[in-house]
Amino acid sequence: MTADLDLLLLDYASGALQEGPALAVATKLALDPAARADMRLLEATGGALFDGVEPEAVSESLLDATLDRLDGESTRFALALPPDDEARRLLPAPLWRYAPRGLDGLQWKQWGKHVREATLPLADRRYRATLLHIKGGHGVMRHTHRGTEYTVVLAGSFHDEDGRYGTGAMQICDGTIRHRPIADEGQDCLCLGVLDAPMHFTGLLGRFINPKVRF
Amino acid sequence: MTQHAATITIDPAPAPWRRTGSKRRMKQRAVTSPEQARRLEALVGLIACHRDRNAFIELFQHFAPRLKAFMMRGGADPETAEEIAQEAMITVWNKAEQFDPSRAALSTWIFTIARNKRIDMLRRQVRPEIDALDLPGGDDVPPPDARLELTQASADLRGSIALLPPEQRQVLQLAFFEDKSHGVISVELGLPLGTVKSRIRLALARLRGMVEGHQP
Repeated sequence: MTADLDLLLLDYASGALQEGPALAVATKLALDPAARADMRLLEATGGALFDGVEPEAVSESLLDATLDRLDGESTRFALALPPDDEARRLLPAPLWRYAPRGLDGLQWKQWGKHVREATLPLADRRYRATLLHIKGGHGVMRHTHRGTEYTVVLAGSFHDEDGRYGTGAMQICDGTIRHRPIADEGQDCLCLGVLDAPMHFTGLLGRFINPKVRF
Repeated sequence: MTQHAATITIDPAPAPWRRTGSKRRMKQRAVTSPEQARRLEALVGLIACHRDRNAFIELFQHFAPRLKAFMMRGGADPETAEEIAQEAMITVWNKAEQFDPSRAALSTWIFTIARNKRIDMLRRQVRPEIDALDLPGGDDVPPPDARLELTQASADLRGSIALLPPEQRQVLQLAFFEDKSHGVISVELGLPLGTVKSRIRLALARLRGMVEGHQP
């Protein structure tokens, strides 16, 4: 899976990634120093290519027009602040503005006794981003995907048929993968999930649930 | 960030401010020399500490034409390219104190600003409010002498990109200049996705090997 991460990182560095997957990548970067080092290399590559362009003369008036606008507007670039201590502890910075009233301020939907899910407000409606909370030792129903699912582990860990994913790990699943993620015993697992198409539950119960899965 | 003011003395600018009229078509070398790069970094320091408009003018003379060219290579028309260049330069003014020369080369920092402006303006798209280079320091804070290393490393990186096989360089150029995802690149080149993926992987492995090889 790390090979696909390379491609996602490149798309993020070049600016080609849409909001949904970009949020997953930004979250991954916040949690993983090795991914950050790769991102620095990619951005430095972008910088080196930018540095080598043949300059294109700008209009005579552009400098004055720009000078006139300096200090004109008080655009300060403060990063969003964490809404509360719990959010600061559990959510990496890129998620703060998607949960402006903290974890409790999100609308949690209970799936059975051990799994709950809250949708994050993405501006880009082609994607759906959720926080998924799974009680230790329990799992999400077996499912597959019509599109691609990006999962970043924010706390705890989970495993599925493919392997084990600890805090900071990212799993990229496409429609060929059918899996049943289970949180490891002993600690609840909190994940960010980004989907570009609805999940599709397999199995008998899935037939009843699929029509209710809102995208 | 007071380190700029403490360590840098800067000569009176030799650059002709506001060169009017005369279209002197000096055959400029596009690539910035290390000395020039240090001077440009110092200018950002002057903006951060003193809101120095002359420093901004010199920085603008250097970067605005490059930003315009960069945007035009990405398909923007000249007016839009200038508009984005202007927005990027205003952001440089506003965020100057956030530039940390020990973490990124100036051209890299300005590239990321321009990239974000391009996302905001051309696609009018929301993006997560975070950049890898903006993340608060943690276990990956660079050592104090990282700055010299970085100047050398970014020169090496340019050299390494030039040495990549043309088909690998091409995918990087399409990605960074034209803001294209690896999926779009594969469609445009009429190549299977797997081929594009492996070219990208090979290019990145090579650049990574170069950077790691450089570390002491």
